[in-house]
Amino acid sequence: MHLGRTHNHTWRKIKSALASGIAFVSAVLVITPLGLVFFYLLFNGASSVNWDFFTKLPAPVGAVGGGMVNAIVGSLELLAIASVIGIPIGVLGGVYLAEYGSARLNSVLRFLADVLNGVPSITWGVVVYGLIVLRFKGFSAYAGGFALALIMIPLILRTTEEVVLLVPNGYREAALALGVSRWKTIVHIVMKTASKGIITGILLALARVGGETAPLLFTAFGNRFWNHSLSQPIAALPLQIFTYAISPYDDWHRQAWAGALVLVSGIFCVNVLVRILTRGRGAPVV
Amino acid sequence: MATPEQSVTERMERPAQPSVSAEPAPPKLTFEAKNVSIWYGEKRAIENVSLDIASNAVTAIIGPSGCGKSTFLRALNRMHELVPKTRMDGTVLLHGEDLYSKTVDPAIVRRRVGMIFQKSNPFPTMTIGENVVVGLRLNGVRNQKFLNERLEKSLRMAALWDEVKDDLHKPGTSLSGGQQQRLCIARSLAVEPEVILMDEPCSALDPIATAKIEELIHELKSKYTIVTVTHNMQQAGRISDFTAFMYLGRLIEFGPTTKIFTNPTEKQTEDYITGRFG
Repeated sequence: MHLGRTHNHTWRKIKSALASGIAFVSAVLVITPLGLVFFYLLFNGASSVNWDFFTKLPAPVGAVGGGMVNAIVGSLELLAIASVIGIPIGVLGGVYLAEYGSARLNSVLRFLADVLNGVPSITWGVVVYGLIVLRFKGFSAYAGGFALALIMIPLILRTTEEVVLLVPNGYREAALALGVSRWKTIVHIVMKTASKGIITGILLALARVGGETAPLLFTAFGNRFWNHSLSQPIAALPLQIFTYAISPYDDWHRQAWAGALVLVSGIFCVNVLVRILTRGRGAPVV
Repeated sequence: MATPEQSVTERMERPAQPSVSAEPAPPKLTFEAKNVSIWYGEKRAIENVSLDIASNAVTAIIGPSGCGKSTFLRALNRMHELVPKTRMDGTVLLHGEDLYSKTVDPAIVRRRVGMIFQKSNPFPTMTIGENVVVGLRLNGVRNQKFLNERLEKSLRMAALWDEVKDDLHKPGTSLSGGQQQRLCIARSLAVEPEVILMDEPCSALDPIATAKIEELIHELKSKYTIVTVTHNMQQAGRISDFTAFMYLGRLIEFGPTTKIFTNPTEKQTEDYITGRFG
């Protein structure tokens, strides 16, 4: 009996060490690609990220130099259009799921939103091509922004729903017991309490669509020059990277690396912002 | 503390009514509940409860967990309706008006009948000051001078002013548990309700904080009608004028607290009060 117990003890220690060892290796494997990507981008792109890159238009074929300022601004414009459409719909839809609706309807809506989240992004490009580009006979910033909005909506909807559900019921009751209407309670108490979580969801959705290329291929299309009207084709950083990366010119390849580095850095910054936002004081969890 | 408040109240409520003689005596009853039954889905939480609640007095509802005392309390300001699939039968009159008439907006009912909860719940996104006046603000009051007056008055009535007057800009959640509960009382008082319902207001507090709330309840009853639910019988004995004993969704006995505690009519009441069950 005594011996058996000692034996078990050693075996258990081995198993425990083995399990934590495997978990540690897995964790390292998860982080490695990120490190590799980032350092490879730095290695290849850092030398081409310079003042010109942020201030100049793409140089004509054959000419050396130039930048991607139109693509950077274009991406921001596309994100702005996507936000104007996607944020209100996503946030209000999430609030509806969390606060109103019947249990059955909500589970259907939730399921559909999850399916939408899983739709490959190029599908949205095709859908918007059919809905907007063909109808209005032209690629446009509107079409690109709309395609990005369609990707953002289910993302924002689900995160908003989750953080709104985290708001303790006591706050709703407290407000309602003061004679505050349901709608004002939701806007001024519930959404305000959950605001950090809602903003986090929005930022993460923006970071996600900021790097999308496929939905822009047949919508925003890309543009080597400044876009002067939102109903015209517009440049976007991921599109420009795509175009440059598949080109035969070394100089363009270097610029594509630089573009990728800028894009990843931007997304990285948004994620850092999210971390800072979610750390500070305020309601627990939300 | 009484004089400045009264002047403020008089100014705001009825400025031009000097004569009192013509007015009838105020009604003795605040609530008249008749045959109130409430179901949550299929489950009946309370059954045929009829209870009259006297004005400017403290009525305590006691009973073991699950006896329906909180449900009945919530029926007095329609808070129980927040639970989906609730059904209610019977009538509740507030100063003779039917709270459940089709034309009555529950938000208006709740403005007249405030509520304090078991767990203090100051809004975490707001400062102490914002918490107190949030009810007025969200009901459309914008006049800053009026809000400031009401802020001080409510905090004074909740016996919290001296402790927080220099910290009004700090978050409401920075206060201690007992202070938070008094902040919630101040927040409730700021919308000037006629009645304050309290759902086990002290059960999460230590004895000293509890004593302060009890003292406050005693002071508030000169102006407000108070209905409190408690599972602490000593507390019911200390603070209330009337006591209702509920058991398994029914009202077993109701009467002046002294009578319920010294000479109950029903055997069940006696058993509960003497600690033989519950």
